[in-house]
Amino acid sequence: MTLLSVLGVISSAIFSGTSLLYTTLGEVITERSGIVNLGLEGVLLVSASTGFAVTSLTGNPYLGVLAAALAGGLMNMVLGYLVVTRNGNQLASGLALMFFGFGLSALIGKPYVGSRIKGLPRILLPGLSDLPRLYASLFKFDTLIYLAIPTAILLWWLLFRTRWGLGLRAVGESADTAFASGRNPRLIRYQALFVGGLLAGLGAAHLSIAYAMNWTEYMTAGRGFIAVALVIFSKWHPLRAIVGALLFSGAVAFQLLLQSSGVRISPFILDTIPYLLTLLVLIVWGGTRKHAAPASLGRVYHGTE
Amino acid sequence: MSRTAPIHPRFSVFWQRFLNGVILRYTLMVLLVLLLFGAILLISGRNPLQSYKDMLAFTLGSAYGFSEVLVAMTPMLITALAVALPSRLILINVGVEGQLYMGACFATWGALTFRDLPAWCLLPLMALLGMAGGALWAFIPGYLRALGIVNETITTLLLNSVAPKIVSFFIFGFWHSPMDTDKTANFVPAARLPTFFGTRVDLSLVIALVLLALFWWVMRYTRWGLEMRAIGGNPQAARRNGIPVSAYLVVIMCIGGAIAGLAGMAQVSGYYGLLLANFSRGTGYMGFLISWLSFGDPLGILLTSFVVAIIFTGGNLLQLTQGLPFAVINILLAFTLFVVLARPTFLKEKAS
Repeated sequence: MTLLSVLGVISSAIFSGTSLLYTTLGEVITERSGIVNLGLEGVLLVSASTGFAVTSLTGNPYLGVLAAALAGGLMNMVLGYLVVTRNGNQLASGLALMFFGFGLSALIGKPYVGSRIKGLPRILLPGLSDLPRLYASLFKFDTLIYLAIPTAILLWWLLFRTRWGLGLRAVGESADTAFASGRNPRLIRYQALFVGGLLAGLGAAHLSIAYAMNWTEYMTAGRGFIAVALVIFSKWHPLRAIVGALLFSGAVAFQLLLQSSGVRISPFILDTIPYLLTLLVLIVWGGTRKHAAPASLGRVYHGTE
Repeated sequence: MSRTAPIHPRFSVFWQRFLNGVILRYTLMVLLVLLLFGAILLISGRNPLQSYKDMLAFTLGSAYGFSEVLVAMTPMLITALAVALPSRLILINVGVEGQLYMGACFATWGALTFRDLPAWCLLPLMALLGMAGGALWAFIPGYLRALGIVNETITTLLLNSVAPKIVSFFIFGFWHSPMDTDKTANFVPAARLPTFFGTRVDLSLVIALVLLALFWWVMRYTRWGLEMRAIGGNPQAARRNGIPVSAYLVVIMCIGGAIAGLAGMAQVSGYYGLLLANFSRGTGYMGFLISWLSFGDPLGILLTSFVVAIIFTGGNLLQLTQGLPFAVINILLAFTLFVVLARPTFLKEKAS
């Protein structure tokens, strides 16, 4: 095994993990405000198909990214209407949103199955231009990859260092108390859902516009549910979400490494590792202390009288 | 995720609501759904009225169409039951999807290994294996929940993602037919559930109906049903009255999983006749939604599944006649769910 193949594996792990990081960050924000979005899979699909369609129509991948993010935000507004305004059950509403996304994305994406686009341009890091070309080609990433970790840090700052974040977390812990201290739980939950949807849209955009550069039905292949699991793994914390996404893409990288070194383990078995690891982590935490789930996660806020 | 608010409030709530000015309410909801979906059809250049006419004529107006409705309804009935039973203990079983896969996986192992057995021996064996697979997959979350370590909503969701990969592992690694890599060869006739009257309706529909009746009877007339209702009402009080709450949690979760596993067995043995990688696109989640919409009531499950099955089968027809992608059925379904979830207060029953 050469250095080149190891670097290649790391590079592809970064490519596959980025969409997951954005999506997980979005779900962290949403769940911090007390809403669990089981429909994330559908949100991702709609964003991915919209982004791809817009890129294909306009030829501009950045417009595609923008459209995907907006589509994600709008999808989450549908969930917001159901669970925040109409007090619907969050799990059921989320699953309904998932089915909606399955259908809508198929409708949006149908004319574009098999069409090719010019994906997000890949830019070489300035400091790396001295590297041999073969190595340098492995470290040409797109803008979304470069922005992923700064986004996580920005969200950490927003959640833990601003008044808006304080209010958002307060609503997630106890909507009634937050209301009593002069905040509007419904508005804050809508905001959290919108931001979460934008981020999920960015993740989906990276998947269809930068990584796969095509559109196929169900192309997200469960990433929405993975993101929900990773949120738990990262204890509802944006910076730990980086670790979660790394864990997942690390498993992908590990799998590629094993394949390139000739070890034969079924990729399907390796695919289960992140889930089982998350489960294990949950069991270990559960045995020691309460993990940091927002206290009113999943609860309906009926308004305070 | 909190467990203070029960998802399925009371046993007869569905019927109370059903009798409370139900016709107006449901008519308005159906109209709203048809309007919303009609808009989608118009946007994509199809004639909504003609589409709806085709759908109705096919699903309720033709014997073949009606048999297809029953075929679509069967897995919904079983998976909804797999959610409804644990929901009586306020256990949220979102894991039917995974349990279904494990059931299908175990049953397929039986079908491939004991292919020489006669049908009267092989089919029960496959059913038992399927139930064992589903129960095993539900035991993990049930046990962790009973110990108070992890919430079953989270664990079942995680295990949902694992199960299809295990199925794929066996199919791609060992079971695939010489021709394809992603599915097994067709099962031998002895491993197929018998069908009725030359349609695709198979024995699992009868099994589903029997299970629903059994569920109703157990909840209503047995000590177990009474104790389960007690736990669902107030687990603390139930424990102090000497009901073994933890044992109930684990056992009921496993039975729920076993029912889901049976649904998986019925899918491979009846509907498909082989095991296909990623064969279920949300059947288990559909079961959750149906159980939730019908408050876990057996007759409610039957009615809701019937309506959803009509939507499904009718949508299937649209795909053929109007050239819409298959997944568009999901839009129609989602609109139905949205309207039910978001129904305005004047359409809701009076709070009792």
